[in-house]
Amino acid sequence: MLKIGSYSFSSRLLLGTGKYPDFETQKKAVDASGSEILTFAVRRMNIFEASQPNFLEMLDLKKYTLLPNTAGAKTAKEAVRIAKLAKASGLCDMVKVEVIGCDKTLLPDPVETLKATEELLKEGFIVLPYTSDDVVLARRLEELGAHAIMPAASPIGSGQGIMNPLYLKFIIEQAAVPVIVDAGIGTPSDAMIAMELGADGVLLNTAVAGAKDPVKMALAMKMAVEAGQLGFEAGRIPKKETATASSPLEGLSVN
Amino acid sequence: MKLQINGEVLEVPKSLQTITDLLNHLELQNQTVIAEINDEIISNHKQDETAIKENDKIELVRFVGGG
Repeated sequence: MLKIGSYSFSSRLLLGTGKYPDFETQKKAVDASGSEILTFAVRRMNIFEASQPNFLEMLDLKKYTLLPNTAGAKTAKEAVRIAKLAKASGLCDMVKVEVIGCDKTLLPDPVETLKATEELLKEGFIVLPYTSDDVVLARRLEELGAHAIMPAASPIGSGQGIMNPLYLKFIIEQAAVPVIVDAGIGTPSDAMIAMELGADGVLLNTAVAGAKDPVKMALAMKMAVEAGQLGFEAGRIPKKETATASSPLEGLSVN
Repeated sequence: MKLQINGEVLEVPKSLQTITDLLNHLELQNQTVIAEINDEIISNHKQDETAIKENDKIELVRFVGGG
């Protein structure tokens, strides 16, 4: 089970809801992924277009826990406002703190992320900060009381996969709260590597939404996360420099 | 009554008294819409008891796809 704050989840795959080709494909992809946590952004309504379709309205909200993000925020203050707007809906009390500090890399601003996390924890939110793979920052976020740490595998939407497995491993090993590898996942094998490293979950969006067949990719990601988790639990063999025969060396039949 | 909604000035009937009235007027009643009036965030369950008045600066937001 993945435990975040007061919540428990059997799925360790968290799915973003952006950039799908259409709602029908998205709905099928969400189903195929088995995800129980869906991320959303908060944006202004187009007030002159009442019938604008919205994915949220298509979901059975009893089946999913919403994880709104604070994307768009560049300061802690903006992130706190977006989080409060999301919570005012009455639909959620979890938030993904996302305070971008660099437009080119979309890497988070560590100082503002820390401030926003602190403020939102005071306000009673269940806080999941999106962070870089900075080991010390991850520890500082946890010390503040963050309910999970979400380090990036590589830049958002890049599909570059796990760029720094060593630092992710350091973060995973030191953390007493769940570590969810967020952003940069491109393939099922990326997600599996994250889980084999010991991550408690994976959050991805573009890898599924942008795939040629999002529904099939969602299923592949589900299976990869499950396989990676099983592999981690099973415990891998140590790597050796030399070969070790798998078949017995004795009893060879010689004619 | 003039309101400033999401940065646009909008003329609405004077009969609108609450956020719920406004959302009905804009035909947004079937969606999850979160309102902020003059920088104060209003819980959705208080929309029907929160009054709106001339020149209010109103933000209406919703959940959209995001990662």
